[in-house]
Amino acid sequence: MENSAIIQINQLIKRFPMGKGEFTALKGINLNFGTGEFAGLIGPSGSGKTTLLNIIGSLDTPTKGEAVVLGKSISKLSAKESAKLRKESLGFIFQSYNLLQVHTVFENVEFPLLLLDYTTLERKKMVMDALEWVGLTDKVKSKPPQLSGGECQRVAIARAMVKKPSLVLADEPTANLDAANSHNILQTMLNLNRELKTTFIFATHDEKVIGYLKRKIFLKDGLVDQEEWMNQ
Amino acid sequence: MIRFLLKGLLRDKRRSLMPILIVAVGVSLSVFLHAYITGLMNDSIEMNAKLSFGHVKVVTKSFAENISQMPTDLALLETGALKEKLSQEFPDITWVERIQFGGLIDAPDENGETKSQGPALGIGVDLLSAPTGRGGEAERMGMAKSLVRGRLPEMKGEIVLSELFSQKLGVNPGDKITLIGSTMNGAMSYYNFILAGTLSFGVQVMDKGTIIADIEDVRLALDMEDAATEITGFFGSGYFSADLAADVKEKFLSNFPNPENDEYAPVMLSLKDQGSMGQFVDLSNTMGAIITFVFMLAMSLVLWNAGLLGGIRRYGEFGIRLAMGEEKNHVYRTLVYESVMIGIAGSVVGTTIGLFFAWLMQTYGLDLGDSMKGSSMMMPTIIRARITPVDFYIGFLPGIISTVIGAMLAGVGIYKRKTSQLFKELEA
Ligand SMILES: Nc1ncnc2c1ncn2[C@@H]1O[C@H](COP(=O)(O)OP(=O)(O)OP(=O)(O)O)[C@@H](O)[C@H]1O
Ligand SMILES: [Mg+2]
Repeated sequence: MENSAIIQINQLIKRFPMGKGEFTALKGINLNFGTGEFAGLIGPSGSGKTTLLNIIGSLDTPTKGEAVVLGKSISKLSAKESAKLRKESLGFIFQSYNLLQVHTVFENVEFPLLLLDYTTLERKKMVMDALEWVGLTDKVKSKPPQLSGGECQRVAIARAMVKKPSLVLADEPTANLDAANSHNILQTMLNLNRELKTTFIFATHDEKVIGYLKRKIFLKDGLVDQEEWMNQ
Repeated sequence: MIRFLLKGLLRDKRRSLMPILIVAVGVSLSVFLHAYITGLMNDSIEMNAKLSFGHVKVVTKSFAENISQMPTDLALLETGALKEKLSQEFPDITWVERIQFGGLIDAPDENGETKSQGPALGIGVDLLSAPTGRGGEAERMGMAKSLVRGRLPEMKGEIVLSELFSQKLGVNPGDKITLIGSTMNGAMSYYNFILAGTLSFGVQVMDKGTIIADIEDVRLALDMEDAATEITGFFGSGYFSADLAADVKEKFLSNFPNPENDEYAPVMLSLKDQGSMGQFVDLSNTMGAIITFVFMLAMSLVLWNAGLLGGIRRYGEFGIRLAMGEEKNHVYRTLVYESVMIGIAGSVVGTTIGLFFAWLMQTYGLDLGDSMKGSSMMMPTIIRARITPVDFYIGFLPGIISTVIGAMLAGVGIYKRKTSQLFKELEA
C-alpha cells in the first residue's frame, strides 16, 4: 500500500428499501486506499461497485459502518459539508459522460471552478491546461452533441481533473467507448495519476481497464472477494 | 455563475422558450379575457347610459316613482333654466334635455286612410340646435352609425324610426307618418312627421318600436313648452363611475333640497338607480374579478405542471451540479430565479399578445347580432373589448406566481432524493 491512507472503509453496509423489505447491496466492506493509487472495483453487474463508489463520493450515505474520505466520515457530514468535500477534493467521471449538453466544452470544464474562488483569468488558464491534458484544445467552443463519444469522455476527464482534486472516482468510464478510445483515455488518466499524484478509483468490468489497474479489488455480492496488486 | 446559468437558460429552448410560450399563452388569455369582459360589461353599461339612463339624470320626484310608465304629465318644467343651473353646478357633466314618451305611429295610405299602426317608444332629443358632429345627441346615441336607410333629421318635422318598426309599418324615407299621443294635460294629440330615415341600433329593445325626433318637435306635439321628462347628465370621462355618481348625487341633494316633499321637485337618479342597471354595474365589477381569479387558478395548475415537468427533466443536470459540489440550496435557488425570469419574460410576451388581440377586438369588435336575437336587455350586439390600465399588469400575477410555484414544487425533488438517485433519472 502506498503512502498515507486517504480512504478508510470499515464494516460498510448499505441497504436499499425494496418493496416491503430491504435489499443489502454492500454487506460489510473493509478497504483502505492510499494517496496516488490507481485502483479498480471489479465485479459482475449488481455486485455493488457503483453503490460503493457513490458512498466514497458522498453522493450516498452508508446504512451501517463507516467510510472516512480525506479525514471526513461520510455518514456524519451535513449536506453542506459533503458538498464542500466534493467541490474541493473530488472529481467524478461517469459511464454516460454526463456533460451539460447546452454548454460548450470550455464551459463544462470550467463549471467546477465556478464553485471555487478563482478569477476569470485563473479559470481560463486552468481549463486550457486541463483540455491540453486530454488533447482537446481545438474543441473549446464545441458542444457535447457535436463531439464523438471518446471526445465527450475526455471532456469529462478534463472536468474531473481541472481543479486537481485529490481523488477521482470513475464509474465505467469506457463502457461507451471503442478499444482505441478506451486505451487513449486510460493512458491519459494514468499520466495524470503519475504527474499529479491524483488517486483514481474505478468501477468496471471492462478487461481493457483492468489491464491498466495497479490494484484490483474484486467484489461479489456486496463483499470484497479478493484483491490483487500489480508491480509497477 | 450567473452568466453560466443565463447561457444555459437561453440556449436550452426547452428550458426557456417552451415555458415562456406556455406562460405567454396563459397570460395572453387572461389579459384578453379581462379586457373582453371589461369591454362587454362597459359597452352594455355605456350603451344603456347613452340611449336612455344617462350617467345621472334629473327628473321630478313623482316621475322617478313612476318612471317605467314614462308619464309625460309628470315632466320637469322650465327645463331651460334648470339645465343652465345644473351646468353651472356641475361643469364637468354634459347636461341634455330629453323627453321619453309613449305613443302610436299611424302610417296613412295615399288616400289618407290608416294603412298601418303600431305602438312606439319615443325619444325626443336635441337633434337640430346642437351640432350634429361631436358632442351632439345624434353622435352620443350613435345615430349616424346606426342609419340603415335615408338620413338623419335635418329640419323641423322630420323623424327617424327603427328599421324593424318601419318595415312593420311598411313605410319608407320620405313618407308621411302621424304620431298619436297625449299632451302633458292629458288631451289627445296628433302630429305629422316626415320619415327621414331608419336606424338599427343592434339592441333588441331599441330595435322594436323606437322613434327619435327633435325635442322641439316633441314639445310641440305633446304641448310641453320648456318642459322635458328629464335632464340627463354624462360624465366628462365618457365612462360611468359609481363613486363619481354618488358624489354628484350628494352635491345635488344639498343644492336642490326638497324640504316640503314637493311632488314636482327635481330629484337625481344615477345609472345604478334605474332598471336593473345597479345589479349589472355591481355584477360587472365582480365578474371581472371572479373570472380573472378563476383563470389565474386554472393557469397556475397548468404552469405548475409545466414547471414540474421542466424541473424533473433537469434532475440529471442537477445531479451533475451537485456531484461537482454545488449545494442543494444553491441549485434550488437558481431554479427559482430562473422561473422568475421565465415568468417575467412569459408575462411580458403574453401581455403584449393579449393586449394586441384585445386592441383588435376593441377596435373592430365582434358581431354577435344573430345569437342575441330576442334578448330583452339592452345589450350591444357588437362586442368590443376594452383595455384598462389593469390589463397591463393583471397577467403578471398568474404568469409569475404560477411559474415560480411550479418550479418550487418541482425543486423539492432535489431535497427528497439522494444525489445518486438524481443520476439514475439522467441515465434512464
Ligand atoms: N437505489 C436503489 N434502490 C434499490 N436497490 C438498489 C439501488 N441502487 C442499487 N441497488 C441494487 O444494489 C445492487 C448493487 O447495485 P450497483 O449499482 O452498485 O451495482 P454495480 O456493481 O454497479 O452493477 P453494474 O455493473 O450493473 O453497474 C443491485 O442489485 C441494485 O439493484
Ligand atoms: Mg454500476
